[in-house]
This record gives sequence, structure tokens and C-alpha cells, in this order.
Amino acid sequence: MIELADIHKRFGRVEALAGVSMRIRAGSVHGIVGENGAGKSTLMKILTGFISRSSGTIRYNGRPVQLRTPRDAARLGIGMLYQEPLDFPHLTVLDNFMIAAPEHDPGRLRQQLVRLADRFGFDLAPDSAVERLTVGERQQLELLRLIHRRCKVLILDEPTTGISQRQQEILFAALRALRDEGRAILLVSHKLAEVRSLCDRVTVLRGGRAVADQERPLDEDLLLRAMFGSLPRRQRAVRARDRGRPILAMDHVVSAEGRSGLHDVTLSIAEKEVVGLAGLDGSGQAVFLRIAGGLLRPDSGSVRFPGCETTAGAGGGDRQTVFLPADRLREGLIAGLSIREHLLLAGDAPFFLAPSTGRARAEKTIADYNIIGRPSTPADGLSGGNQQRLLLSLVPEPARLILLENPTRGLDVRSGAWMWRFLHQRMRDDGAIVFASPDLEEIMTQATRIMVFFNGRIILDAPTDQTEIRTVSRAITGRVPEDAGLPAA
Amino acid sequence: MNPSSRENDLPSRAAWPWLLFIPALATGLVCLLLLALGMSPLAIGRALGSGSLGSWLKFSHVLSVWSPLLLCSCGLLFTFRAGLWNIGIEGQVIVGAIGCTAMLRLWDGLLPPSVLLPLALAAGGLAGGLWGILAGELRNRGGVNEIFGGLGLNFVAQGLIIWLIFGPWKRAGIASMSGTDLLSPRFWLTTPPGWRVAPVALAVAVLALAVTILLLDRTRFGLHLRAVGANPGAARLFGIRPDRVSMRAMLLAGMLAGLAGSLQVTAVYHRLIPAISSGYGYLGLLVVMLANYRSPAVPLIALFFACLVTGSIQLPITLQIDSSLAGVIQGAFVLSALLVHGLRRGKD
Amino acid sequence: MEISLADLLAGVTATAAPLLLAALGETVTEKAGVINLSLDGTILLGAMTGFAVAATSGSLAAGFLAAAATGLAVAAVLSLIGTWLGQSQVAVGFTLTLLCRDLAYFLGSPHARQPGPQLLASPLPLLSRIPLLGPALFNQSLLVYLSIAAIPATWFFLYRTRHGLVLRAVGENPAACWARGIRPRLVQTTATLAGGALVGLAGAGYSLALKPGWGRPQGCEGIGWIALALVIFGGWHPLRVALGAYLFGFLQISTILLQDLFPALPTQVFQVAPFPIMIFTLILIHAGRNARGRKQRFLLRLFRGRPPAALGTTYRQD
Repeated sequence: MIELADIHKRFGRVEALAGVSMRIRAGSVHGIVGENGAGKSTLMKILTGFISRSSGTIRYNGRPVQLRTPRDAARLGIGMLYQEPLDFPHLTVLDNFMIAAPEHDPGRLRQQLVRLADRFGFDLAPDSAVERLTVGERQQLELLRLIHRRCKVLILDEPTTGISQRQQEILFAALRALRDEGRAILLVSHKLAEVRSLCDRVTVLRGGRAVADQERPLDEDLLLRAMFGSLPRRQRAVRARDRGRPILAMDHVVSAEGRSGLHDVTLSIAEKEVVGLAGLDGSGQAVFLRIAGGLLRPDSGSVRFPGCETTAGAGGGDRQTVFLPADRLREGLIAGLSIREHLLLAGDAPFFLAPSTGRARAEKTIADYNIIGRPSTPADGLSGGNQQRLLLSLVPEPARLILLENPTRGLDVRSGAWMWRFLHQRMRDDGAIVFASPDLEEIMTQATRIMVFFNGRIILDAPTDQTEIRTVSRAITGRVPEDAGLPAA
Repeated sequence: MNPSSRENDLPSRAAWPWLLFIPALATGLVCLLLLALGMSPLAIGRALGSGSLGSWLKFSHVLSVWSPLLLCSCGLLFTFRAGLWNIGIEGQVIVGAIGCTAMLRLWDGLLPPSVLLPLALAAGGLAGGLWGILAGELRNRGGVNEIFGGLGLNFVAQGLIIWLIFGPWKRAGIASMSGTDLLSPRFWLTTPPGWRVAPVALAVAVLALAVTILLLDRTRFGLHLRAVGANPGAARLFGIRPDRVSMRAMLLAGMLAGLAGSLQVTAVYHRLIPAISSGYGYLGLLVVMLANYRSPAVPLIALFFACLVTGSIQLPITLQIDSSLAGVIQGAFVLSALLVHGLRRGKD
Repeated sequence: MEISLADLLAGVTATAAPLLLAALGETVTEKAGVINLSLDGTILLGAMTGFAVAATSGSLAAGFLAAAATGLAVAAVLSLIGTWLGQSQVAVGFTLTLLCRDLAYFLGSPHARQPGPQLLASPLPLLSRIPLLGPALFNQSLLVYLSIAAIPATWFFLYRTRHGLVLRAVGENPAACWARGIRPRLVQTTATLAGGALVGLAGAGYSLALKPGWGRPQGCEGIGWIALALVIFGGWHPLRVALGAYLFGFLQISTILLQDLFPALPTQVFQVAPFPIMIFTLILIHAGRNARGRKQRFLLRLFRGRPPAALGTTYRQD
């Protein structure tokens, strides 16, 4: 149905796609797997017309086609479900369904929407505002809209991120039904389990190339080797050191922020602990970290930092609690300010500043932290890994509690490994690290203690070396093990 | 809405030719307009030039416009740096003028003029600063965008000054749009014979410029302003309180604007008139925009604008042309700058 | 001075008519995610061209058309530099405000204090005989009818038509629109131009109907800012925006009436008073909306409204 031949895409000097060829058949589910940065999303954006390829040909039903804009793609019947729902939260379900529909007939479209929803077992009220829906429901709505627009090629980007087990089952059933109708479905994922259960054929991308192509039955080991070059070695988990005195104590903390809020969290984190927060995106980890970091105030309950002079962790050069957000450039660093200026902001700068103030320190930091840049390089001129290292270099010496949100997001393997080595080395005897990560592997290897968030609650809290990955992944989907070490006081 | 607050985007050598397009485009547009109206751009240009630079007397008149305009522009550099659109600057000038006049009226006779005059200038600055804080509070506490809070306060200030001129402070005899009674000459900032500008006013403006540049580029406060202007959320992670920093920017901007108002009273008009601000607040916004929100070009652009303002005064008499041409030229320059910067950005 | 309720209503609808056109035009523009800050200058320039063209050609229709075209032209400049070249819409809009104001005074100076035509009332047969409502609503000029009709028309367009839905969608999330094959910047440009034309028309509403004539000042200075405030504090909803416009009309009328009650206060104070009163009424309502607590629930419901999510931002694709 769609044939890609030797697709290249260059962004400046970086080659995101280096000659990808593949064939997607009608009536099949085609999986595309690969590590972060393998070129998956670039390929999808080219297929949907969001960006155009640098070279190569795309054939649709044998005919070469240009895909310059999403409009071209839509006309051909190529539609995409984005990982972050690309819809209109402030408008109603029906409005979302109607936008850019070929005809404007609210009465008829409402009927069609209800009928389609029934067919796939989706429960969507046409008049409710989309912002009230869960991510899974928003996805369902988009799916119905694409089907209604007679989409023949459906592209799904990590569709199971942030949706419940039940919604995932409904989604997969719908996808199978659509495949059987003769549509082509392209599933981008890094979860091998779902690829195995759904896909008829899988292409593995690595470094912008298609390195493997497999038909059902799939050989998981082969896929893994193709994805990573070699199978990821299961590293030994960091051994739990003796717990020290408590450093962070939450007592019945409640918040209505975020997708799921935070319900009645009571816990204590002690010195020398490395705590990994697992759970689907938006299950409360982000809110938890921001409350612990003093950026959000809980609606009720108390947050204490025993042994710290500062209570709210809100500020000052002698902060003992620091928070490193996931979206580094948007939340953590200041675009336009240079490395030197960031360090001045973080340290105790004198009131009067000369252009040379802090330059020596900036140079030393750049060397110490392996940052590729000069003291005058602005933060937005640094690559992701360098931004993360700059952020780490800003953590003040006396900081005891370091809170990180998806610390390896967007980092290549080497940068990630460097960062963890650094964090473990830097950790003070009277300090602790709390980090959230979507990567269980990362949590199991780096943390001494794991907490699983589900719907704003902590439903599993246990030492990593005494916990099975299976228990954790079950907990992530909401199934609480009977003997789980739930808040043990 | 966020004006550029970068240290690193000083025009590089390659950017200079682009900047030259701005005056070329603006001049071209204005000339076309004048030609279409059957007027001679050359004659008008000559009239504007001789009306502003023709003699020391005229140039000193230019400087008397330049001083308050520069003060307003300096104030706006602070607020723009913090990412704020301080459109309320016009009201801050007016309230500054009112504060200064109030001080002079209330304490007249209680203190010697040499003491009272500086006090009154300071009172004007203080009043303007408070007016700025008010807009800031409306924004931080009331969630009212500073543009609309500022605008509302401009209207209030305008109402206030008209009420004072026609009410409590009205002229002996009949109240009129021409303002209050003249101040006693003891409270006039001295203007040497053959000058149109009070040296003190000039000195105040130059000093303000120096302090502004120092604060913005050479202090921790300036760094905090840029951090807050570029990314208030991240600034918070550094222990900076964005609300507090932006409030300080509003205070400083208001104080400088209020000082401009005080100068308008003590050095230029020697009384309170309804149009005491002469629109210098809004004009200051244009100056800073044309300077691309950075300080180096501000004094020069302010001088150019002051020349246009002064040079156009004689236009209705000498060439029967409305003096609002000055505003047209100023607007054309800023619009051209926005256009050229936009085109340049598109090229990158 | 005795004044009948019908007179009061008639005065309010007439006074608010141009303001209503401008505010509804800006509502359409902002719903598409573009903020056009140039209203105050555009109205003045529209008033000038409208008057100049009508006075020289002798045709009122030509005057109104010229004013609308002026508003369209100013909006086109904003679209070009803001939407297409990515410069701050606030900066461009503010510059245009001042430029258009001075351009109006400059180009209009030959027409200052010259005689010109005025749009007169054209009573609707039968309807104008209805007691109370007749004289209030149906014994007015065509402009007033147009302004009244514009309220439901704007609402219908925005909330009941396909193009209205697309326009609102662009104001909410241009990227999602682009993904659906809509060209966001084209939609924004159209909305800006249409809104601008209405604003220009409002200018002629002053110089050819409400405050006939041209001069410096014309008398409509400051109205543009009120229109902008109305849109924002009216929660971007045409009906609430219209309500605000009538409130301002009422304020202007009542200050004229109040003048007789407070002879001690100078007239000039009454002329400027409606502006700060209006803005601060709106600000208070707005602040109430933002405040927490049960007391404000009622206000909350009454003035619910949030800015289009993409208002004032530049979308850089298509």
C-alpha cells in the first residue's frame, strides 16, 4: 500500500534518517520499534506531511506521491494518532469531531459519532468538554474521527502511554477490527509486549536506518539485538545502603493538580536512599516531585524536611532541596542566558557584575561537567545532554535532597550513564535522590527503593532488590500485590 | 509578548546591513506619502532639520524634549527586560507631575525653594513609582494583564489631572484647558539665557541613563530581570521571586516616568496642564521598540524623536502642514523596524 | 431634566452602536488567536477616511466603505508583520495605534471642521410604533440596526457554522489544525481582516453618525481601548461583549444626565469619567472571576470565559 524507498532527512548537519526503505501492506499491523532517537518520529512526521523528506520516494498504491503538508496526507487517507493528543481541549467532543469535516451538519455528525463509538465500544458523550476526558478517551475520539474521515492508513505513536489496561484492551480490539477491514496500521512503540501481541510485521530502526524486518512469528531476542545492537545487560541494582535519618516527610498530602491529582500521600524518605518513582505518565509523580520541591503547595497535609533549616524548599542560594524538571529548556534553564549567567544566578553573585565575573568558575564547571560549550554559550544553544549537565552543575553544594523528573529523557546512552555515575558520586551521606522515570530498567538499576504511582496514589513502595519487575509492571497497571509493602509507616 | 532579553543577540557584523534597511524603508514610505499628497519631502526635511538643529536655541529645545523622553525610555527598558508591557507609563508621567505639583503647593513657604524643589522632584518620582506598583499589583494579585491595568490607570490619571485643573487647583478666575496658574518662578528649574533646556533636567536624564545601563548590564538585579523576563518558571527554581522582581521593575519604571512628569512641571510648563505628559510615555514605548529593547541605541533614537517633535512645531506656520507628521514618521520607523526584523528572522 | 425610558434606551443603543461593531470585530479576530491592539488608531483613521470620502463624494455609502477598507488595510499590516513574519502582535498593534492616530490627524487636517453629511434615522415602518421598544430600537439609523443585527450574527457565525468552528479551533490549537489539513495562518489572516473591516466601519460610525464631523480631537479617542477591554473582560463571547458595550453606552449617557445633578463638578470630568469607570468595572468583575471562594461562584458562572488558548502567539507553519 505504501512503499518507502531510500528516505533521507537531514536537520542541518544531523542526519535523522539515512536511507530508510520499507513496505506497508493493507490489512496488516506494521510495527516500528527502536530506541529514542532512532528516527521513528521523524519518519512518522514525513508520512503525515508535517515535515518533508530531504530525498527518497514514497509510493502510495504504486503511484509516487508528494507529501508536503498534512493536507496532502489527509487527502490520501493517511491519519495519525499523536502521543500527546493533538486536539482542542476547550471545545466539546462533537466540535472536535466536526473540525475540518467535509460537511457541517451537527445533527448528522452527532449520530455518526454515537454510532461509531458504539461499534467500537467507546463511551464518549458528544457534549462534554474534551479537557474532562482521560488521555485514553481523547485517543478514542481521535481514532473515531480518523475512521470517519475514511482514513486508510492509521499511524499510532506510542498509543498505550498514559492509558489504563482496560482502555488498552479496547484500543487493541478496535485496531484489530480496523486491520480486518483492510486498513494499514502503523504502530510506533518501544514496548515489545504490545508489538508482539498486535503486529504482523515489524521494522526496527536504529540510527536512522531500517536494520531489521521481521514477519510474524516475531523473535524477541532478535528484535532486541537489532534495537540495541546488543541485548541490554541487566545491571546489578544499586545496593541499599543503611538508611539514615528521615530527610523528607509527607503527612496526608492531598493535591488536585495534574491529571490525577495526589490522594492522601503519607511517607518518609531517609538519608542515603535513591527512590525511583514509577507509573504511567500523569499518575501523580510530577505533582509529588513539585510538592516536594516546594513549587506547588499541597491543598492539605504537611510536608516537612526534618533537619533542614528551610521549610518549603523554596529558594535561596543555600537551598537544600533542588528539583530538576524533565523539560529542561522550558522549565529548568533560561533560554538566552549563558552558562556563565546561569552559574551566577545559582551561586552567590555579588551585586555588581563585570563581564568577567564568574567566567573562571564557568570555565571550571564546563571542564568538570564535560559540557560542550563556552561560558558565553546560551542555554538554548546547548544539546540535550549538555543542558542536563548544566542543570546538574547548578545544583548547589549543600543540597541534600535532589528531585529529578525523567532525568535521562532525550539523552543518549553515554550521557545517561555519565549522569548516573555523577549523581551516585555526588550524593552526600546525609542526602537522598528521588527521581521519576518511565523506564523501569532505569529504576531497577539505579534506585534502592521503588514507589509505583497509580491514579494519584502510591500503590507499591518497596526496596528494589526485593521486588520482581513483574510485580512492578502489574502495579503500574493498577493491580496491587497482596503482600506489597504498602506504606509501612 | 516577550521582548527579546538576550545578551547574545547584539547585532553581529553581518546584521548591520539589515539595520540600514530600517531608516531607508521608513524614509521611503514617508516620502512616497508626501509626494502623493503633493508635498515636497525635501522642503519638509529641511524645515524639520532647521527647526530642530538650526540653532543652539532650537537644539536646546530638542534637549528639553529629549530629557523626559529619555527618562521614560529608561524606565521602559526595565519593564521590557522583565517581560512586561508597561503601557501605563503615560499615567505614571501624569501622576508624577501631579505629585510634584502637590508637593510644591502644599509646602510652599514652609521650606526654602532650594530644599523644596529637589523634594518635589523626588515626590513626583515617588508618585509615579506608586502608580507603577499599582499596575503591578493589579497584575500579580488581580490577574489583570498589565496592559489593561495600565490602560485603566492611564484613564484614571487623566481624569484625576482634569479634575484637579478644573476643580481644586483651578486658576484664579476661570478654569480652562490651559491649566493651573503658573508656579512661582522660585520653583522653576533655572534655564540660562539663550537656552530652552534646564541644565538640571538634562543632568537628571543623563544620570538616569547611566544608572539604568549600570543596573541592567552590570548587576545581579539586571540578571534577575532578564531571567524573569525570559522564563519566570525557571527563575523560580533559582530562588528568584518573579513577582517581586517584576514589581521592582514596575517601581523603577514608574519612578523614572514620574521624574519625567516632575521635569515637565518644573522645567517646561511651570504649571499643570491636562496634556502634561505630552505623550512621552507612549513615545518612549516606540523608542525602546525601535532600539530593539536594548539600551545602546536608546539615547540616540530618543534624540532623533525629540528632533522630529521639535522640528515639526513650526510646520503649520512655515509650510501649512500639520505637526502630527512627526508622529507619522516615528510610527513609520518603528513599523519598518518590526518589518525588517521579521523579514530577517524569516531568512534565518 | 425629564427623560423618558424610551429616550434613554434609544440613546444607549445609538451611543453603543460603533463601539459594538468594533468590539465584535475584535472578538472575531481574537477568537482566531490574533490580538489586534491597533483599535484606537484604526477607529480614528476610519473616522477620518469615512468623513473625508463622504464629504468629497457626497455619498455616505462610499464613506462607510472607505472606512471599512481602511480598517482592512491596517489589519493587513498587522497580519503581515505579526502572523506571517512572527513579530509580537502587541508590539505591531501598539505601533499601529499611534501611527494611525497621527496619520488620521495629518491626512485629515484639510478636512477639519468642514461640513459633511450625516447618517440620519430611518424609522422602520410599523415596528417604530411599538411603545417603548419602537423609539428605542426601531427609530434609528441603519448603522444602529446593523450593530444590533451584528450581535446574533457574530454569535451564529462563531458557534453554528463550519467556518466559525474552524476559526475557534485555530485560536485554540493551530498545530492541531495544521495536522488536520487546515491552514491556520490563512484562517487567522481572514479573521484579522474581517475584524479590522468592522473596526474601520466603527470609525465612520463616529464621524458620519454619532459625532458627525472631523477635527482634532474627533471625540472618539479612547474608544478603541474600551473595545479591547470589552472583548477581554467579556470572556470572548459576543453576547457578553455586547452587554459590555451597552453598559458603556449607558455610562456615557448617564454621565451627561448626572452633570445636571452635580453642577459643581466641571464638564470635562464627566467627559473622561466613563473610561476609568468602565475599565475598573471590568477589572473588578475579572478579579472576582479569578478570586477563589464560594462567594464568587455566581460571578464565575456569569462571566465564565477564557482566552483562546493560542491568543497572541505566533504559529510558524503553513
